Amino acid sequence: MTMGETFPTPDLSHLTAEDYDHVYEPAEDTFLLMDALEKDADLLRSIAPSICLEVGCGSGAVITFLGSILGSRPHYLCTDLNPRAAECAARTGTQNNISVHPVLTDLVSALLPRLENKVDVMIFNPPYVVTPPEEVGSHGIEASWAGGVKGREVMDRFFPLVPRLLSDNGVFYLVTIEQNDPEEIGCKMREFGFTMDKVMSRKAGPEKLAILRFSSCKRTM
Amino acid sequence: MHRATTTGERLYFRVAKNVGCMLLSFRTTMRLLTHNMLTSHVKGVTNGYPLKLQAENIKVMSVDFNPEFVARMIPKLEWQALVQAAESIGHLGDLPRELMPEYESNEEFLKMAHHVLMEVEVIEGNLECPETGRKFPIKNGIPNMLLNEDEV
Repeated sequence: MTMGETFPTPDLSHLTAEDYDHVYEPAEDTFLLMDALEKDADLLRSIAPSICLEVGCGSGAVITFLGSILGSRPHYLCTDLNPRAAECAARTGTQNNISVHPVLTDLVSALLPRLENKVDVMIFNPPYVVTPPEEVGSHGIEASWAGGVKGREVMDRFFPLVPRLLSDNGVFYLVTIEQNDPEEIGCKMREFGFTMDKVMSRKAGPEKLAILRFSSCKRTM
Repeated sequence: MHRATTTGERLYFRVAKNVGCMLLSFRTTMRLLTHNMLTSHVKGVTNGYPLKLQAENIKVMSVDFNPEFVARMIPKLEWQALVQAAESIGHLGDLPRELMPEYESNEEFLKMAHHVLMEVEVIEGNLECPETGRKFPIKNGIPNMLLNEDEV
Protein backbone atom coordinates (compact mmCIF):
# COMPACT_ATOMS: atom_id res chain seq x y z
CA MET A 1 0.00 0.00 0.00
CA THR A 2 1.31 3.44 -0.88
CA MET A 3 1.17 6.31 1.52
CA GLY A 4 -1.43 8.88 0.48
CA GLU A 5 -0.83 12.56 0.20
CA THR A 6 -0.63 14.43 3.48
CA PHE A 7 -2.01 17.85 4.31
CA PRO A 8 -0.95 20.13 7.16
CA THR A 9 -3.17 20.68 10.18
CA PRO A 10 -4.65 24.18 9.79
CA ASP A 11 -2.84 26.98 11.57
CA LEU A 12 -4.96 27.79 14.62
CA SER A 13 -2.55 30.19 16.27
CA HIS A 14 -5.03 33.06 15.88
CA LEU A 15 -7.45 31.44 18.32
CA THR A 16 -7.09 32.57 21.91
CA ALA A 17 -7.69 30.97 25.30
CA GLU A 18 -10.74 33.21 25.52
CA ASP A 19 -12.06 31.83 22.22
CA TYR A 20 -11.75 28.33 23.66
CA ASP A 21 -13.84 29.37 26.66
CA HIS A 22 -16.75 29.65 24.23
CA VAL A 23 -15.85 27.42 21.29
CA TYR A 24 -14.83 23.75 21.25
CA GLU A 25 -11.07 23.44 21.01
CA PRO A 26 -9.92 20.96 18.36
CA ALA A 27 -9.14 17.66 20.07
CA GLU A 28 -8.66 13.99 19.22
CA ASP A 29 -12.07 13.69 17.54
CA THR A 30 -11.31 16.70 15.33
CA PHE A 31 -7.91 15.33 14.37
CA LEU A 32 -9.27 11.87 13.59
CA LEU A 33 -11.85 13.46 11.30
CA MET A 34 -9.06 15.32 9.51
CA ASP A 35 -7.08 12.09 9.16
CA ALA A 36 -10.13 10.40 7.63
CA LEU A 37 -10.62 13.23 5.12
CA GLU A 38 -6.93 13.08 4.29
CA LYS A 39 -7.18 9.32 3.70
CA ASP A 40 -10.16 9.95 1.40
CA ALA A 41 -8.47 12.80 -0.50
CA ASP A 42 -8.60 11.01 -3.87
CA LEU A 43 -12.24 10.09 -3.42
CA LEU A 44 -13.13 13.65 -2.39
CA ARG A 45 -11.34 15.11 -5.41
CA SER A 46 -13.00 12.63 -7.76
CA ILE A 47 -16.39 14.11 -6.79
CA ALA A 48 -15.21 17.55 -8.02
CA PRO A 49 -17.41 19.24 -5.41
CA SER A 50 -18.95 22.62 -5.94
CA ILE A 51 -20.64 22.94 -2.53
CA CYS A 52 -19.15 21.67 0.74
CA LEU A 53 -20.93 22.07 4.06
CA GLU A 54 -19.86 21.55 7.64
CA VAL A 55 -22.67 21.46 10.18
CA GLY A 56 -21.70 22.69 13.65
CA CYS A 57 -18.31 23.97 12.54
CA GLY A 58 -16.97 25.19 15.90
CA SER A 59 -13.47 26.60 15.37
CA GLY A 60 -13.68 25.92 11.62
CA ALA A 61 -10.57 23.72 11.68
CA VAL A 62 -12.20 20.86 9.73
CA ILE A 63 -13.86 22.83 6.93
CA THR A 64 -10.60 24.73 6.51
CA PHE A 65 -8.71 21.45 6.35
CA LEU A 66 -11.14 20.21 3.70
CA GLY A 67 -10.35 23.40 1.81
CA SER A 68 -6.67 22.56 1.86
CA ILE A 69 -7.48 19.20 0.24
CA LEU A 70 -9.92 20.46 -2.36
CA GLY A 71 -8.52 23.91 -3.15
CA SER A 72 -10.19 27.27 -3.52
CA ARG A 73 -12.87 26.45 -6.09
CA PRO A 74 -15.69 24.88 -4.07
CA HIS A 75 -17.96 27.10 -1.98
CA TYR A 76 -17.30 26.24 1.66
CA LEU A 77 -20.38 26.82 3.79
CA CYS A 78 -20.50 26.09 7.49
CA THR A 79 -23.11 26.52 10.18
CA ASP A 80 -23.16 26.92 13.92
CA LEU A 81 -25.61 28.36 16.38
CA ASN A 82 -22.84 29.87 18.47
CA PRO A 83 -21.95 33.34 17.11
CA ARG A 84 -18.47 33.08 18.57
CA ALA A 85 -17.90 29.79 16.70
CA ALA A 86 -19.04 31.26 13.39
CA GLU A 87 -16.62 34.14 13.89
CA CYS A 88 -13.75 31.77 14.81
CA ALA A 89 -14.48 29.61 11.75
CA ALA A 90 -14.26 32.64 9.49
CA ARG A 91 -10.97 33.65 11.08
CA THR A 92 -9.57 30.13 10.76
CA GLY A 93 -10.38 30.17 7.05
CA THR A 94 -8.71 33.56 6.62
CA GLN A 95 -5.65 32.50 8.59
CA ASN A 96 -5.20 29.56 6.21
CA ASN A 97 -6.19 31.31 2.96
CA ILE A 98 -9.41 29.35 2.56
CA SER A 99 -12.61 31.29 1.99
CA VAL A 100 -14.99 29.85 4.60
CA HIS A 101 -18.57 31.13 4.73
CA PRO A 102 -20.34 30.70 8.06
CA VAL A 103 -24.09 31.03 8.58
CA LEU A 104 -25.61 31.30 12.04
CA THR A 105 -28.45 28.79 12.09
CA ASP A 106 -29.66 25.67 13.87
CA LEU A 107 -28.11 22.68 12.02
CA VAL A 108 -29.04 23.56 8.41
CA SER A 109 -32.39 25.27 8.98
CA ALA A 110 -31.83 28.47 6.98
CA LEU A 111 -30.21 26.53 4.11
CA LEU A 112 -33.33 24.47 3.48
CA PRO A 113 -34.97 23.98 1.09
CA ARG A 114 -32.44 25.66 -1.19
CA LEU A 115 -29.57 23.31 -0.50
CA GLU A 116 -31.66 20.22 -1.26
CA ASN A 117 -29.75 17.74 -3.40
CA LYS A 118 -26.87 20.21 -3.78
CA VAL A 119 -24.27 19.33 -1.15
CA ASP A 120 -21.35 17.34 -2.53
CA VAL A 121 -19.34 16.94 0.67
CA MET A 122 -21.01 17.23 4.06
CA ILE A 123 -19.36 16.94 7.46
CA PHE A 124 -20.83 16.71 10.93
CA ASN A 125 -18.86 16.32 14.13
CA PRO A 126 -21.97 16.29 16.31
CA PRO A 127 -22.38 16.64 20.04
CA TYR A 128 -21.92 12.91 20.68
CA VAL A 129 -21.28 12.76 24.43
CA VAL A 130 -23.86 10.87 26.50
CA THR A 131 -25.45 13.43 28.84
CA PRO A 132 -28.74 13.94 30.65
CA PRO A 133 -31.28 15.05 28.01
CA GLU A 134 -31.82 18.41 29.71
CA GLU A 135 -28.24 19.40 28.84
CA VAL A 136 -29.05 19.32 25.12
CA GLY A 137 -30.14 22.50 23.36
CA SER A 138 -28.01 25.30 24.75
CA HIS A 139 -26.37 27.84 22.47
CA GLY A 140 -23.02 27.94 24.26
CA ILE A 141 -20.04 25.63 24.33
CA GLU A 142 -22.13 22.83 25.92
CA ALA A 143 -23.94 22.56 22.59
CA SER A 144 -20.69 21.31 21.08
CA TRP A 145 -20.67 18.12 23.11
CA ALA A 146 -23.97 17.45 24.95
CA GLY A 147 -25.68 14.67 23.01
CA GLY A 148 -28.33 13.49 25.49
CA VAL A 149 -29.49 9.88 25.51
CA LYS A 150 -26.86 7.62 23.89
CA GLY A 151 -25.29 10.87 22.69
CA ARG A 152 -27.68 10.59 19.77
CA GLU A 153 -30.30 13.30 20.29
CA VAL A 154 -28.83 15.93 17.98
CA MET A 155 -27.52 13.58 15.29
CA ASP A 156 -30.84 11.70 15.19
CA ARG A 157 -32.52 15.00 14.44
CA PHE A 158 -30.10 15.53 11.59
CA PHE A 159 -30.15 12.09 9.89
CA PRO A 160 -33.48 12.55 8.03
CA LEU A 161 -32.03 15.69 6.46
CA VAL A 162 -29.05 13.86 4.94
CA PRO A 163 -30.95 12.34 1.98
CA ARG A 164 -32.52 15.73 1.30
CA LEU A 165 -29.21 17.59 1.25
CA LEU A 166 -26.71 15.34 -0.51
CA SER A 167 -26.24 15.55 -4.26
CA ASP A 168 -26.34 12.29 -6.21
CA ASN A 169 -22.60 11.77 -5.84
CA GLY A 170 -22.40 13.40 -2.43
CA VAL A 171 -20.70 11.96 0.64
CA PHE A 172 -21.38 12.58 4.31
CA TYR A 173 -18.84 12.20 7.13
CA LEU A 174 -19.93 11.73 10.72
CA VAL A 175 -17.95 11.46 13.97
CA THR A 176 -19.26 8.94 16.49
CA ILE A 177 -18.25 7.15 19.66
CA GLU A 178 -19.07 3.55 20.53
CA GLN A 179 -21.95 4.58 22.85
CA ASN A 180 -23.73 6.16 19.86
CA ASP A 181 -24.13 2.64 18.43
CA PRO A 182 -22.64 3.12 14.94
CA GLU A 183 -24.14 -0.18 13.73
CA GLU A 184 -27.63 1.03 14.52
CA ILE A 185 -26.86 4.35 12.80
CA GLY A 186 -25.83 2.29 9.76
CA CYS A 187 -29.19 0.46 9.75
CA LYS A 188 -31.06 3.72 10.07
CA MET A 189 -29.17 5.33 7.22
CA ARG A 190 -29.62 2.24 5.03
CA GLU A 191 -33.36 2.87 5.25
CA PHE A 192 -32.66 6.31 3.79
CA GLY A 193 -30.73 4.68 0.93
CA PHE A 194 -27.17 5.09 2.17
CA THR A 195 -24.30 2.70 2.61
CA MET A 196 -21.96 3.20 5.55
CA ASP A 197 -18.20 2.74 5.64
CA LYS A 198 -16.01 3.11 8.67
CA VAL A 199 -13.13 5.22 7.35
CA MET A 200 -11.09 5.33 10.55
CA SER A 201 -11.34 4.51 14.22
CA ARG A 202 -9.15 5.27 17.21
CA LYS A 203 -9.23 5.01 20.95
CA ALA A 204 -8.66 8.38 22.58
CA GLY A 205 -8.75 8.19 26.37
CA PRO A 206 -12.15 6.75 27.28
CA GLU A 207 -13.62 7.44 23.83
CA LYS A 208 -13.71 4.85 21.05
CA LEU A 209 -14.00 7.20 18.11
CA ALA A 210 -15.06 6.25 14.60
CA ILE A 211 -15.40 8.31 11.43
CA LEU A 212 -18.28 7.04 9.33
CA ARG A 213 -18.80 7.84 5.68
CA PHE A 214 -22.20 7.61 4.03
CA SER A 215 -22.92 7.65 0.34
CA SER A 216 -25.93 6.86 -1.77
CA CYS A 217 -26.39 3.13 -2.49
CA LYS A 218 -26.77 4.15 -6.13
CA ARG A 219 -23.36 5.77 -6.14
CA THR A 220 -20.48 3.75 -7.57
CA MET A 221 -17.46 4.27 -5.38
CA MET B 1 -0.41 7.97 11.27
CA HIS B 2 -1.51 10.39 13.92
CA ARG B 3 -2.25 14.02 13.40
CA ALA B 4 -1.00 16.62 15.82
CA THR B 5 -2.57 15.22 18.93
CA THR B 6 0.45 14.97 21.17
CA THR B 7 0.82 17.12 24.22
CA GLY B 8 3.70 18.95 22.60
CA GLU B 9 1.64 20.04 19.64
CA ARG B 10 -1.31 21.05 21.77
CA LEU B 11 1.07 23.05 23.95
CA TYR B 12 2.14 24.85 20.79
CA PHE B 13 -1.42 26.04 20.27
CA ARG B 14 -1.57 27.31 23.84
CA VAL B 15 1.66 29.24 23.56
CA ALA B 16 1.00 30.53 20.09
CA LYS B 17 -2.32 32.01 20.97
CA ASN B 18 -0.77 34.40 23.42
CA VAL B 19 1.44 36.01 20.83
CA GLY B 20 0.50 38.00 17.84
CA CYS B 21 -3.05 36.76 17.73
CA MET B 22 -4.45 40.26 17.47
CA LEU B 23 -2.09 41.38 14.72
CA LEU B 24 -4.06 39.80 11.94
CA SER B 25 -6.91 41.94 10.74
CA PHE B 26 -9.54 39.75 9.15
CA ARG B 27 -12.67 40.36 7.19
CA THR B 28 -15.23 37.73 6.43
CA THR B 29 -17.71 38.52 3.74
CA MET B 30 -21.00 37.12 2.56
CA ARG B 31 -21.01 36.14 -1.08
CA LEU B 32 -24.18 36.52 -3.10
CA LEU B 33 -23.80 32.78 -3.63
CA THR B 34 -24.49 32.29 0.08
CA HIS B 35 -27.44 34.70 -0.03
CA ASN B 36 -28.87 32.58 -2.86
CA MET B 37 -29.08 29.59 -0.48
CA LEU B 38 -30.80 31.28 2.50
CA THR B 39 -34.50 31.13 3.43
CA SER B 40 -36.45 32.70 6.30
CA HIS B 41 -38.29 30.17 8.43
CA VAL B 42 -40.04 32.53 10.85
CA LYS B 43 -43.08 30.73 12.28
CA GLY B 44 -46.04 30.87 9.90
CA VAL B 45 -44.07 32.01 6.86
CA THR B 46 -45.02 30.12 3.71
CA ASN B 47 -42.54 31.70 1.32
CA GLY B 48 -39.44 33.09 2.96
CA TYR B 49 -37.41 33.22 -0.26
CA PRO B 50 -35.60 35.11 -1.59
CA LEU B 51 -34.48 37.36 1.24
CA LYS B 52 -34.27 41.04 0.37
CA LEU B 53 -30.68 42.13 0.58
CA GLN B 54 -29.77 45.47 2.11
CA ALA B 55 -26.07 46.17 2.20
CA GLU B 56 -24.38 48.88 4.21
CA ASN B 57 -20.84 47.82 3.45
CA ILE B 58 -19.81 45.99 0.28
CA LYS B 59 -16.43 44.80 -0.80
CA VAL B 60 -15.43 43.78 -4.31
CA MET B 61 -12.51 41.42 -4.36
CA SER B 62 -10.69 39.39 -6.93
CA VAL B 63 -11.20 35.62 -6.97
CA ASP B 64 -9.59 33.26 -9.50
CA PHE B 65 -11.95 32.63 -12.40
CA ASN B 66 -12.65 29.05 -13.33
CA PRO B 67 -15.24 28.81 -16.14
CA GLU B 68 -15.94 25.12 -15.58
CA PHE B 69 -16.66 25.61 -11.89
CA VAL B 70 -19.02 28.54 -12.53
CA ALA B 71 -20.82 26.56 -15.23
CA ARG B 72 -21.40 23.70 -12.79
CA MET B 73 -22.61 26.08 -10.07
CA ILE B 74 -25.23 27.81 -12.19
CA PRO B 75 -27.76 24.93 -12.24
CA LYS B 76 -27.65 25.03 -8.42
CA LEU B 77 -28.78 28.67 -8.35
CA GLU B 78 -32.08 30.47 -8.35
CA TRP B 79 -31.17 32.85 -11.12
CA GLN B 80 -33.92 35.41 -10.46
CA ALA B 81 -32.89 35.66 -6.82
CA LEU B 82 -29.30 36.31 -7.83
CA VAL B 83 -30.33 39.02 -10.29
CA GLN B 84 -32.57 40.63 -7.68
CA ALA B 85 -29.85 40.58 -5.01
CA ALA B 86 -27.18 41.97 -7.32
CA GLU B 87 -29.51 44.70 -8.50
CA SER B 88 -30.54 45.67 -4.97
CA ILE B 89 -26.96 46.46 -4.07
CA GLY B 90 -26.17 48.15 -7.38
CA HIS B 91 -23.89 45.45 -8.77
CA LEU B 92 -25.98 43.89 -11.53
CA GLY B 93 -23.69 45.27 -14.23
CA ASP B 94 -24.41 43.60 -17.57
CA LEU B 95 -25.55 40.33 -16.07
CA PRO B 96 -28.50 39.07 -18.14
CA ARG B 97 -31.84 38.80 -16.33
CA GLU B 98 -32.56 35.46 -17.94
CA LEU B 99 -30.21 32.52 -18.26
CA MET B 100 -29.18 32.22 -21.88
CA PRO B 101 -29.06 28.91 -23.75
CA GLU B 102 -25.63 27.30 -23.96
CA TYR B 103 -24.25 29.53 -21.24
CA GLU B 104 -21.71 26.78 -20.41
CA SER B 105 -19.62 27.76 -23.41
CA ASN B 106 -20.11 31.51 -23.14
CA GLU B 107 -17.01 32.68 -21.35
CA GLU B 108 -18.06 36.31 -21.24
CA PHE B 109 -21.29 35.39 -19.50
CA LEU B 110 -19.53 33.02 -17.10
CA LYS B 111 -17.12 35.80 -16.15
CA MET B 112 -19.99 38.12 -15.27
CA ALA B 113 -21.68 35.37 -13.27
CA HIS B 114 -18.41 34.62 -11.49
CA HIS B 115 -18.02 38.27 -10.56
CA VAL B 116 -21.51 38.58 -9.08
CA LEU B 117 -21.41 35.20 -7.33
CA MET B 118 -17.92 35.18 -5.90
CA GLU B 119 -16.43 38.66 -5.97
CA VAL B 120 -19.16 41.02 -4.77
CA GLU B 121 -19.36 40.51 -1.03
CA VAL B 122 -21.40 42.01 1.75
CA ILE B 123 -19.73 42.83 5.05
CA GLU B 124 -22.55 44.61 6.90
CA GLY B 125 -26.25 44.73 6.13
CA ASN B 126 -29.56 42.97 6.53
CA LEU B 127 -31.50 40.14 4.99
CA GLU B 128 -35.20 40.84 5.10
CA CYS B 129 -37.85 38.14 5.15
CA PRO B 130 -40.09 38.86 2.12
CA GLU B 131 -43.24 37.89 4.03
CA THR B 132 -42.82 39.23 7.58
CA GLY B 133 -40.20 41.93 7.09
CA ARG B 134 -38.12 40.34 9.87
CA LYS B 135 -34.56 41.51 9.45
CA PHE B 136 -31.70 39.06 9.80
CA PRO B 137 -28.49 41.02 10.37
CA ILE B 138 -25.24 40.45 8.49
CA LYS B 139 -22.36 41.37 10.78
CA ASN B 140 -18.70 40.99 9.86
CA GLY B 141 -19.85 39.07 6.80
CA ILE B 142 -21.79 36.49 8.78
CA PRO B 143 -25.56 36.25 8.25
CA ASN B 144 -27.40 35.62 11.52
CA MET B 145 -30.42 33.47 10.66
CA LEU B 146 -31.09 32.39 14.25
CA LEU B 147 -34.71 32.68 15.31
CA ASN B 148 -36.00 33.82 18.68
CA GLU B 149 -37.98 31.30 20.72
CA ASP B 150 -41.31 32.89 19.78
CA GLU B 151 -40.43 32.71 16.07
CA VAL B 152 -39.84 28.95 15.92
